[in-house]
Amino acid sequence: MIQISFILNGKKVKLETDENRRLIDILREDFSLTGTKEGCSIGECGACTIIMNKLAVNSCLVLAGQLIDSEILTIEGVSENGKLNVLQENFLKYGAVQCGYCTPGMIMSIYALLLKNNNPADEEIKEAIAGNLCRCTGYKQIIDAARATADTDMITDLSQ
Amino acid sequence: MKNFKYIQPKSLSEVKKYFSDNHSVLYAGGTDVLGLVKKEVYNYENMIDLKSVPDLDKVEEVKGKGLKIGALVKISEIAESEIIKNKYTALSDAAQKVASPQIRNMATLGGNICQRPRCWYYRDDYACLRKDGDYCYAEEGENKYHAVIGGSPCFIVHPSDTAVALMALDAVFNIFDGNAEREVPISEFFVQPDEDVYLENILKPYEVLTSVFIPEQKNKVSRFIKFAERDVWDFAMASVAVKVEKNGNKITGGKIILGGVAPIPWYDEKINKGISGLTLDEKSIDEFSKLALQDAEPLSKNGYKITLARNLIKMILSEI
Ligand SMILES: Cc1cc2nc3c(=O)[nH]c(=O)nc-3n(C[C@H](O)[C@H](O)[C@H](O)COP(=O)(O)OP(=O)(O)OC[C@H]3O[C@@H](n4cnc5c(N)ncnc54)[C@H](O)[C@@H]3O)c2cc1C
Ligand code: SF4
Ligand code: FES
Ligand code: FES
Repeated sequence: MIQISFILNGKKVKLETDENRRLIDILREDFSLTGTKEGCSIGECGACTIIMNKLAVNSCLVLAGQLIDSEILTIEGVSENGKLNVLQENFLKYGAVQCGYCTPGMIMSIYALLLKNNNPADEEIKEAIAGNLCRCTGYKQIIDAARATADTDMITDLSQ
Repeated sequence: MKNFKYIQPKSLSEVKKYFSDNHSVLYAGGTDVLGLVKKEVYNYENMIDLKSVPDLDKVEEVKGKGLKIGALVKISEIAESEIIKNKYTALSDAAQKVASPQIRNMATLGGNICQRPRCWYYRDDYACLRKDGDYCYAEEGENKYHAVIGGSPCFIVHPSDTAVALMALDAVFNIFDGNAEREVPISEFFVQPDEDVYLENILKPYEVLTSVFIPEQKNKVSRFIKFAERDVWDFAMASVAVKVEKNGNKITGGKIILGGVAPIPWYDEKINKGISGLTLDEKSIDEFSKLALQDAEPLSKNGYKITLARNLIKMILSEI
C-alpha cells in the first residue's frame, strides 16, 4: 500500500491504496467521479483525459504513486456549484455531443489549451484535441464550441 | 497487473541499491513501462520513480557549446521550445510527432529513448527470442511493421522518433552508473539484436540516462519527417532525420539517419558517403535517394518500407 495526498478539483485529498492502481480507477472507484470515462486503456482514445498540473494527460496511464503532490482537475471540477461552464454550454449549443462518451475528455483537452492560451488559432484547437477520438459527432461541432468559448474569453483557472 | 512497490529515491546514488536482489525497473513518465506491466510482459517488484531525483528535468544552454536536456524533460516541453525549434530543428520536428498531446505531456526524453520495442508478439503472450524463447514469430509471421535491415535474429524496429533526430544531431548521452557519470556518443548507445537480443541499448538495469547533450549546430540545418498510418498515436513506418551544411544549392557535409527500418536508428553507409557534394536539384536527389537501403533484406510484408524511406529522403531534401 502507498500513502498519497494530492489536490483533487481544488480540495486536498489523502488516501492509502495499492501501488498498481491507476488514476482512472482512483477517480471512478474511490471518489465516485465517474465523469471521466475509460475507452481503450492504452493511451489511444483520450476518453480518460484529465488535467494534471495544468496539462492534459491520459488518466489510464498514470499510476497512484505519480499523484503524490500533484494537482488534478476532472470534468466534475470545471463546473461550479452544479452550473455548467461556458465551454460546456457551448458544447450543447453547437451540437458537439452525441453519445457523449468522448465529451468529458474533449472538454478537458480544450480546457487545458484555454488555460495556457485564451486566444488559440483554429490549428491550435485541432492540435489540442488530436489525442481525443470521437466516433459520432464529427470534429467540426467540437471545434466550433471551442472557438466560441475562446472568443468569449470566459474560462478562468479553477484549479487555483 | 500484479502489485509492486513504488519507490521514490531522493538522489541518483540511491537508485542502484534497489537493484541489488530485486526485480526493479526505472520509471519516468511511465507511458511505456505501465503498458508492459499491465500486460504482464514483465512483473517487476519495484518501480523506481526518477521524478523524485532532483535536477533531471532542466534544459540548459551551454554558451558556444550546445544544449543539455535533462532526461526527465517532457516531450511536450521539447516540442514547444523555441531554442530547440530554431537551432535543433530535427529534434523539435520529431518531438512534435511523438504519440498524442496527452502522452507528450507525460512522456520524458529519457523514456522515449529507452522505451521498449513495440513488436506485437513481444507485447503479447508469445515467448519469443527477446523474452527468452527460442523463436522469432515475426520473421515468418505478421511483419508489416518490422525491420528491413540489421534485423536478424530479432526484427524489431526502434520505436523512438527523438532518437532518430538525436543521432543526426550527433548527441552525447550522460549516464550515471551508481558511482560516476560517463559520456557515451549516441552512435555507441544502441545495440543490435545480433549483439544482444534482450536489450536495445548498452544500459544496465540500474544505469540512469541523466541528460542528453547536443553540440551546437553552427551553419547547419536539420529536419525530421515521419510517415505513419494515422497522424496521431502511430509509430513511424519509416522516418528520416537529416542534418546538412550547404553552399548555395550544394550540400557540403551532413548526415542522414533512418527510423522505422531497423532495430536501431539506422546509419546507412552508402547515402552518408554520397551526401557531401550532392546538388539539390530534382534529378540528383532522385538518383541519390536510390542509394538508401540497397543492402536491405525485407521480410514477407515490409518491402514497402524501402520505397517509403527513399521517398521520405527525397521529400526532406527537396524541402531543406
Ligand atoms: C499510444 C501510444 C503512442 C505512441 N506513439 C509514439 C510515437 O509516435 N513516437 C514515439 O517516439 N513514441 C511513441 N510512443 C511511446 C512513448 O513516446 C513512450 O512511451 C514515452 O516516450 C516513454 O517515456 P516515459 O517517460 O513515459 O518512459 P517510461 O515508460 O517511464 O520508461 C520507458 C523505459 O525507459 C526506461 N527509462 C526511462 N527513463 C530512463 C532514464 N532516464 N534512464 C534510463 N532508463 C530510463 C524505463 O526503465 C523503461 O524501460 C507511444 C506510446 C503510446 C502509449
Ligand atoms: S521481432 Fe523480436 S520481439 Fe518481435 S517476435 Fe521476433 S524476436 Fe520477438
Ligand atoms: S482510456 Fe485512456 S486513452 Fe483511452
Ligand atoms: S459523441 Fe460519441 S464518441 Fe464523441
